[in-house]
Amino acid sequence: MITMDHVCKSYRIAKRNAGFREACRSFFRRETETVHALTDVSFTIGDGEMVGYIGPNGAGKSSTIKILSGILTPDSGTVLVDGRVPYKNRIEHVREIGVVFGQRSQLWWDVPVIDSFELLKDIYMIPHTDYQNSLEELTELLHLGELLRSPARQLSLGQRMRCEIAASLLHNPRILFLDEPTIGLDAISKLAVREFILRRNRLHGTTVILTTHDMQDIEALASRIILIGKGRILMDGTLEDIRHGGGNIDDTVAELYRSYDIAN
Amino acid sequence: MKKYLSFFRLRFLLGLQYRVAALAGIATQFVWGFMEIMIFAAFYRTGADAFPMTLTATSSYIWLQQAFLALFAAWMMDNEIFSSILSGGIAYELCRPIDIYNMWFCRNAASRLARAVLRCFPILIAAVFLPEPYGIAAPASAEHFLLFLIALVLGFLTTVSLCMLIYVLTFFTVSPQGLRILFTSGVEFFSGGVIPLPFFPDPVRRFMELLPFASMQNAALQIYSGTLNQAETVRAVALQLFWLIAVTAGGKMLCRMAVKRVVVQGG
Repeated sequence: MITMDHVCKSYRIAKRNAGFREACRSFFRRETETVHALTDVSFTIGDGEMVGYIGPNGAGKSSTIKILSGILTPDSGTVLVDGRVPYKNRIEHVREIGVVFGQRSQLWWDVPVIDSFELLKDIYMIPHTDYQNSLEELTELLHLGELLRSPARQLSLGQRMRCEIAASLLHNPRILFLDEPTIGLDAISKLAVREFILRRNRLHGTTVILTTHDMQDIEALASRIILIGKGRILMDGTLEDIRHGGGNIDDTVAELYRSYDIAN
Repeated sequence: MKKYLSFFRLRFLLGLQYRVAALAGIATQFVWGFMEIMIFAAFYRTGADAFPMTLTATSSYIWLQQAFLALFAAWMMDNEIFSSILSGGIAYELCRPIDIYNMWFCRNAASRLARAVLRCFPILIAAVFLPEPYGIAAPASAEHFLLFLIALVLGFLTTVSLCMLIYVLTFFTVSPQGLRILFTSGVEFFSGGVIPLPFFPDPVRRFMELLPFASMQNAALQIYSGTLNQAETVRAVALQLFWLIAVTAGGKMLCRMAVKRVVVQGG
């Protein structure tokens, strides 16, 4: 069970105009602007749910994921994940969750993937038999096989993403946060990733929260959609709620963004 | 504890891979060591009485310094840590059930140790066979050698602790460059990396010996050749212990603060 209650988060951003004079001026007087990444965000997600978290770039999706995974501390509001406050008991919290950031890599660049996995095994203190079981299962479902023996730097993006996802699930977390897991993947890899996430949810009852710009992801995976724009929750419902008639999903979502005036 | 050991192991093995880099390092350190000793030899020829240590002791100091450079060089920092803070890769590290400070400490210690293991033996062996007073002399006594090893370990850990401060401060400054340059050049000077500490004028030296930088390499190197008397040795090791604890505690506190207000760069 995940609850976010009236959560706010803001960042301060230094701003200046272009040009040498402006740069000199900002050396002495820095203008900062407060950007409200999240304003009064509240939602509840039950165990075993699959939730698609959508919104335009800069809407606050990643900030939400980072708060839920204990990396960022919100300015105000309460966050509870299975009874834990993520940013207060970070270490206990992250033991129980898996996170994939589609734009970053958690694998050690120069060593074979399997070495990264072994390290994660020690970090999460996974018992040997459990580790063997999850590794076997993940290898089979994500078709890792030979990939495990190659250094991460020599894998294609699709291959690497499959390894990244496996790495985040070795410790069998009950909750999985996926921040743009299909970004930049080709059609086959996308399908493989989607199918895997679905199976994981069905077989293990893993709660999945995923952010994406790929509406086919949402169509394939999420029974529930939360729409965020300019830091506020705008809609919380199902795909059917936003779809009027049989229109193309991308058009539907673009229309939705426009209707809320959140398109950047 | 085991998870930190695994970090240590992986990093250590990674460090051992770079054989060509090690060879290049050994060559550099040889040339550097020779050059320094030649300069000192020239000084000694004009008036050996003006110096606090014998040329033999100075040569030992320099060769040990070159052999264990990787343990003490402040400029050998882990660029991956800086880039993970700057690019936001830190997000993944914060998703692990580990203490960031301890993990980075292990990584650093491991990569330094791996480098030192690869480089120290050829230098030490060659220096042993150099004719007196240009080579490395035997330690003053068995006790001195034992104390030297203890001081070496303490100094090595203090060095890592001091470098940790720079990593942690990068959370606050966004760019590590300024701090890094200031830190590395300051440390080189104050730790005896440029001129061995005993060669400084007395009042300056006494002050410098109290700083944490003197606890890095100077203590161990002076103990080896027996230029410190018993009381001075005890004081040097006690100071090392003190600085190790103080700097580590300070770094950990700073790290906790930093993690609370962390901003993950780059979306």
